[in-house]
Amino acid sequence: MKIIVFVKQVPDSAAKVTAENGQAAWGEAPMVINPWDEYAVEAALQQKEAHGGTVTAISIGSENAKEALKHALAMGADDAILVSDPALKNLDTQAIARLLAAIVQKVGGVDMAFFGRQAIDGDSGLTPTQTARILGWPALTLAASIKVEGSTVTVERSFEEGRQIVSANLPAVFSLVKDFGEPRYPSFMGIRKASRAEIPTWTLADLGIAAPTPVVSWPTLINPPSREVKCEFITGASAQEIAEKLADKLIAEKVL
Amino acid sequence: MKTWVYIDHFQGQELPASWEAVGVGKKFGLVTAIVFGSGVEPLAKKAFEYGADEVLLADDPALADFRPEAFASTLSSLVSSGTPDLILFPTTARGRDLAAMTAIDLNSGVIVDAVALDLEDGKVVATRPVFGGKLLAKMACSASPQIITLRGRAFPKPEHQPGRSGTLTKVPAKAEALTRVEGYAATEGGVSLTDAGIIVSGGRGVSNNPALTPPAGLDEKQAEIWRAQQGFKLIGELAAVLGGAMGASRAAVDAGYVPYAHQVGQTGKIVSPDLYIACGISGAIQHLAGMRSSKTIVAINKDAEAPIFQVARYGVVGDLFQIVPALTEAFKKRLGK
Repeated sequence: MKIIVFVKQVPDSAAKVTAENGQAAWGEAPMVINPWDEYAVEAALQQKEAHGGTVTAISIGSENAKEALKHALAMGADDAILVSDPALKNLDTQAIARLLAAIVQKVGGVDMAFFGRQAIDGDSGLTPTQTARILGWPALTLAASIKVEGSTVTVERSFEEGRQIVSANLPAVFSLVKDFGEPRYPSFMGIRKASRAEIPTWTLADLGIAAPTPVVSWPTLINPPSREVKCEFITGASAQEIAEKLADKLIAEKVL
Repeated sequence: MKTWVYIDHFQGQELPASWEAVGVGKKFGLVTAIVFGSGVEPLAKKAFEYGADEVLLADDPALADFRPEAFASTLSSLVSSGTPDLILFPTTARGRDLAAMTAIDLNSGVIVDAVALDLEDGKVVATRPVFGGKLLAKMACSASPQIITLRGRAFPKPEHQPGRSGTLTKVPAKAEALTRVEGYAATEGGVSLTDAGIIVSGGRGVSNNPALTPPAGLDEKQAEIWRAQQGFKLIGELAAVLGGAMGASRAAVDAGYVPYAHQVGQTGKIVSPDLYIACGISGAIQHLAGMRSSKTIVAINKDAEAPIFQVARYGVVGDLFQIVPALTEAFKKRLGK
C-alpha cells in the first residue's frame, strides 16, 4: 500500500491571532502541525500497519513547514517531502488542489491520500475534495472510519444527520474527522529519527508544472467587531432567586 | 445578476440554510433553485414558496443518495448552458463537497462559509471568518461563476409564501458513480448545533459536583466521567426545556464526557445561536472563537475572573449544579411546560 498524507504548519489553536496591517499575526505563539492533520497521519499509519507499505508525509510551504513533516515522521511516517517554490504565493484552494494533484502524480502509484478535514487557519475544507476531483478519484471526505478489503474501501462519512456508509475502489482521497480516534503521540525513537531525517525539497521544476493561478483573493484580514457588551452579573440570595431573575430578563429581552 | 442556489436536503428534508441562501440571492435579482434527488418535487414547490423564481429539478432514482461526483457533474453540466453569475450553497458537508467539485469543473474558485455578501462593481465580495473566527477575511473571486457557501443562521430566513409558484424545469441527471452508498448509521442524539437557535453548553466544570457520590467500584477516571454525565444531564434538561441543543467545550469532549458532535470551538462547530448559555466553561480562546457571534451569551461559572464573562451579556458567579436546575424550573414555569 503506497500511502501519502498531506500536512500543514499552522499557528497553535491556543494562539491569540489578530490582524495587523491586514495580515494575521500571532506574536510568539508556536506553530504546530494542523491538529486535524494528526488524525490523517494516524489513519495513514493504521492502514500501513494493517496492510503493509509506506507512509510519506508531504507539505507545501516554506522551510518551517518541515516542522510539521517532522511531527509526522516522529509519529511513524517513513519519509517526508517538502514542496516549496518562490512562485507559490497567495494560492487559493483550487490552485493548491492542482498542485497537490501534480504531487500525487509525481509520487506515482499512490493508493491512498490522506488529509485532515480542514486547516485551522484557512478553515476551507475544500482541498481534499478538489484534489480528488482533479485526479478523478473518489472523494471520501469527513471519514470517521476506514476499512480496506482488497482494492475496496468502506468509509463512514460524517454528515449533519448522521453517517453515510460509502464504498469505493482505490485509489482514493480521504479526509478525517475527530471521531476517527485519537492520534498517537510521537515516540521517543520517532522523535530521534525525525530530528535526523533529511527532507528533500521539490520545486515546481521538479513537478514539471507552472505555478497554478489563483482566482480567489483576500487582500486584507480584519479583526472581528469587538463585542460591545458589559456583563451584567445577576445576584440573589438563592439559586432559585438568581434563576428567576435571569429567566425574566431573557424573556423580557425577547431572546427566547 | 442571476443567482443559482443549491437546496441541500437529506432524504427530502431540507436544511434551513438553503432557504437563507435563496433569500440572499433574491437581493441580487432572479433566483434559480437547484433541486437534485429522487422524489423531491415537493422540495421544488417549497423553493418557490421561499422565493425562487425558477427551479431546475433533476429527479432521478440515480440521485436518491447523495454522491458528490454525480451531483457535481449534474450541476456542472447545467452551468455550461445556463451561465449563472453566482452559485450559492449552504455551508454543509454536502454543500462544501459540491461547491468544491463544481469549482474545479468550471475553472472557478470557492469562497466558503460567508457571513456577509456585498456587491462591489458588479462582483460579490464575501466576508468570512478565518482562524476559527479569530479574524475576518474579505474575499473576492475573479472567475465566473462565483461560487460561495453561506454559513447557516448568518442570513435571515425569507418569508414563507404558501401557494407562490414559478417556472419548473426538469433536467437530466448525470449518474457518474465513483462511490456506492451502502447505508446510513445514526450518530448520537442528532445534534445539529449549527442550526440551533439556542445552545446550552457545558465544560470541564460540569464534572466537579461535590454533592455526588459515584457508585462503588469505579476508578478515578470512571468516577470523573460518571460525575460529568450527571452534570451534562442537567445541561441537557435545560437545553430541552428551551428547545435548544447541547454543546460542550473541547476540554469536556477531550476528557470523554460527551461525544465530539457536541464540541463548540475552533476544532469543533462554529455556532451563532440567538442564545448561548455557557455552564462551567472558562472561555479558552479557541472556544470563544467558536461562539462569540452568538446574539446573547449567558455565562455561569464559579470563577468571577473567567474570560467567558468578557463576552457575556449576563453572568452568574455561582454553583452551576444549583443554578442550572433552578433555571430549568424557572423556564418551565414561564414557558408553560
